[in-house]
Formats: sequence, structure tokens, C-alpha cells
Amino acid sequence: MNKKKISDSHLVGWLLPVIALLLWAVWGVCSSGNTGFLPTIPEVWSGFLRILKDGTLVENIKISTYRGMKGLLFGGLIGLGLGVLNGISQKADRLLNNTIQMIRNVPYLAMMPLILVWFGIGEETKTILIAIGTFFPIYLNTYSGIRMIDGKLIEMARNYGIKNKDLYLHVIFPGALPSILVGLKQSIGRMWVILIVAEEIASKSGIGYMITNAREFMLMDIIVVGLLLYAILGSVSDGVIIWLEKRLCRWEYLAERRS
Amino acid sequence: MSGGYAIQIQNVEKKFGEHVVLQNVNLDIKPGEFIAIVGKSGCGKSTLLRLITDLEESDSGSIRVMDGERETKKEGVKFLFQEARLLPWKKVWKNIALVSPDQSREAAVKALHAVGLEDKADAWPETLSGGQKQRVSLARALSSDPKVLLLDEPLGALDALTRIEMQILIEELWRENGLTVILVTHDVGEAVYLADRVVLIEEGGITMDERITLGRPRERDSDFAYFEDRILNRVLGRDSVPEKKIEFMI
Repeated sequence: MNKKKISDSHLVGWLLPVIALLLWAVWGVCSSGNTGFLPTIPEVWSGFLRILKDGTLVENIKISTYRGMKGLLFGGLIGLGLGVLNGISQKADRLLNNTIQMIRNVPYLAMMPLILVWFGIGEETKTILIAIGTFFPIYLNTYSGIRMIDGKLIEMARNYGIKNKDLYLHVIFPGALPSILVGLKQSIGRMWVILIVAEEIASKSGIGYMITNAREFMLMDIIVVGLLLYAILGSVSDGVIIWLEKRLCRWEYLAERRS
Repeated sequence: MSGGYAIQIQNVEKKFGEHVVLQNVNLDIKPGEFIAIVGKSGCGKSTLLRLITDLEESDSGSIRVMDGERETKKEGVKFLFQEARLLPWKKVWKNIALVSPDQSREAAVKALHAVGLEDKADAWPETLSGGQKQRVSLARALSSDPKVLLLDEPLGALDALTRIEMQILIEELWRENGLTVILVTHDVGEAVYLADRVVLIEEGGITMDERITLGRPRERDSDFAYFEDRILNRVLGRDSVPEKKIEFMI
């Protein structure tokens, strides 16, 4: 009875990555390296140690994270603001929503040439690109989160004299929060994608630049380190959001468990 | 706590599009009175209740809330809905504190004590049963310092035993607080059990206004059955209203 089934455990999610790692190790031993196709695990490890020691790794992670967060902050705040505005006000919605939907249909990476021409390859370009990309998920989810709040609760609040600031603080915002966090999660996913592209094309630093630079010199180990780094950073940021969801929206888990 | 407000409803009419829901409704409710409004579904009884607060606006006529001789705002008129309508993202005591004048935990716990749920102060609303939720909702209504309490079939979704418990609780709280209470229900027995007066609404107008002259707390005896039958027959459109003199009742 005390033998817990492995399929029920959280660890089961790590099964495939571990198998992939093992296959990679076996392949490394069998091919004895030197193929130029894929570096072996020890090669990647020593590459990792090399850039860790000379400080470029930490430096690049720092700059990439900083860029990502800066763009996310702008895009997220504007998305949140407009989502709340259009979610609450019919007038604002009629005025703005159509335009926002039109812009949404332009792939954000397609805006890159225009932004490059306008702002060059400086920091603004990357911030703007990330802001545009991260704006939409937060905007859309905030908007629908607010629209989907139970009208009966709003009616109750009105009858009990909860209005203006209190209505937003205690009813509308908490009601929309789970949806806003879903938007944040999607935005962070996009943030990393845009960051890579932006840094590979228009940058002299960051993880994207590190990978592009490594490609120029055929440093396969560094390329793989960079890719693994993206996977890890993505997982970490996902984990942060899940933690936030559990902390801020505990009531929602209760509701789900009940239904 | 001061006594309840009076309500004066005069010539009220309400239409939804072309459909007339209420017309020529007149009703005088005294301070501290417990009135039950009964009627078939769709007769307009819930609409009348919503008109008394500002959840709906009447097309003509007036509804005045009176504090003694003075007309007053409708802020003291609080609604208890059929669903508990608790904010699921706030713990039980915070749901109550949000609407109480001093917003304190003590006041919330006191209100919970009145409905017998003081041990649920830190529970999430979703973990409560339907009856418990409705009791929290009642505690919330009471701690918002109401002068008039409007109950829109608040017990409709509860099981029979919980209903009886809630009816007893509502009567107790009404007697302690001296509020004016208007209860909309389709359950004639519930109306006779709780109310001083039972008003029947049919096709948008008041067609019966019966004073229930039974003592309190009420027993479900033959006198009780007399009133229940009388009103029920009227609701169902049956002629056989039993003739019995009111003097026996008291």
C-alpha cells in the first residue's frame, strides 16, 4: 500500500528529460565525440565552466533578464491598464478594442525591421519589441477576466454600498486576478522568445548574442549551454507564476476541487 | 439598534419592453413589520423587491423609504439574495467585515456568532455547505446595519431541514433587531410561519393582503393550517376558502 505509483508522483514529469539526458550520454560514449554534430555532456560541462569562470555567463544572464523584465514591465503595465479600462468601460472598449485587435494580427516579430530602422540596435529596440509581444496576452486575459466576473457579485456589492475604489480593490481586481496571472504566464513565455530573436539579430550582449557569437566560431558547446539556459530560465519563471497563483488565488483551487 | 424604516409604495408600474410586470401596486409597510410576498413564478414579486432597492427603477409611481416622518435614502435597505453571493476570494470574516461599518474582525465574529458559525470565521466560502453560506450571507446582511431587509427567496435552494433552521434563525434575528423585513417566497407555509402580513401578487397587482394573527413563536397547528390553506387556495385559484372566524385564532 505504501508503494506510491510513479505515475501519480510529480517526479514523473522529469522522466522524459532524464531519458533524453541518458541517451545523450550513451551517444557521447559510443561516438567518442569529434563528430561536430553535437557536443558530448563533458564537453558542454567544460564549456559551461569556462564561461562561468570568465564571468560572461553571469553577465549575459543578467543583461538578458534585465532586458526581458524591462520590456515585460512596460508591456505588462500597459496591457493591464488597457485591459482594466476596456473591461470596465463600454465606451473605451468601443473606441480602442478594434484598433488593438488589428495590431494583434500583425506578427510582432514582423515589426522588427521597422523598429530597427527607427531605433537602431540599441536597448530601445529590444524593450519595445518585448513590450509589444508581452502586451497582448496580459491585455486579453485582463479584459476577459474582468468581463467574466459574476454580475451577481457586482450587484451584491452595489447593494451593500461597496463602490469606487473599494469595488475595484475587493471585487473586480481579485475576481480578475486568476485570469491576469494566466496572461502573465503567457507573456513571460513570449518574452523569452522575443528576447532570443532580438538578441541574436540586434545585440552585442545577452544569451541570444552569446549563442549567435558561438555559432560564428562553431563553439557547439556554448550553443548547447545557451539553449539549456533558456529551458531553465523558462521553467524558473513558470515556477514563479505557479507559486504566485497558489499564494494569491488559493480560493480558486478550492473552487476547482469542489466542482 | 434603532427600529426599521417604513416603506410607502404608491401606484408603482414596471414594464420590461412591452411586457407589464407590475401595475398600480400600492403597499404601506410599517416600521418593524415582517411582510411576506407570495405568488407564482413570474408574477412580479421579485421585481417589486428589486424596485425597493435601486437594483431596478420603476416606470412610474413612487417608492419611499421613511425614517419616522422623514423620507430617507435607500442605503439602509439591504438585500439577501437567493444565492449567498459571497466573494470567493475573501475568507468568511472578511466578507462580513467588508460591509460592516467599523470593518473589524470582532464585529464580524460577533455577527457570525449570531448565526452560529463563529468557528468558520477563517474558512473560505467554497468550503461551506449551501446552508452555511446562506447563514454567512445573513450575518453579512445584519452587520451592514440594515433598517430594512429584503429577502428574495433566500431559502429556496436549501434542503428542508436547513430551511426550518434558517426560518427559526431569521425570526429570532428579526425580533432582536427590530428591522422591517420583506420576504419574497413561493412557499406559503414559510410566509405564514414568519410574516405579520402576507401579500399575494397576481399578474402584476396585489390581490390579497392577509394579516396573520397568530402568536409567536408559531406552531404548525390547525389555526396555522387555516391561514395556509386560505392563502394557498387563493394562490391556486380554488374557491373552497374555509370559513372560520378570526376570533378563534388568537
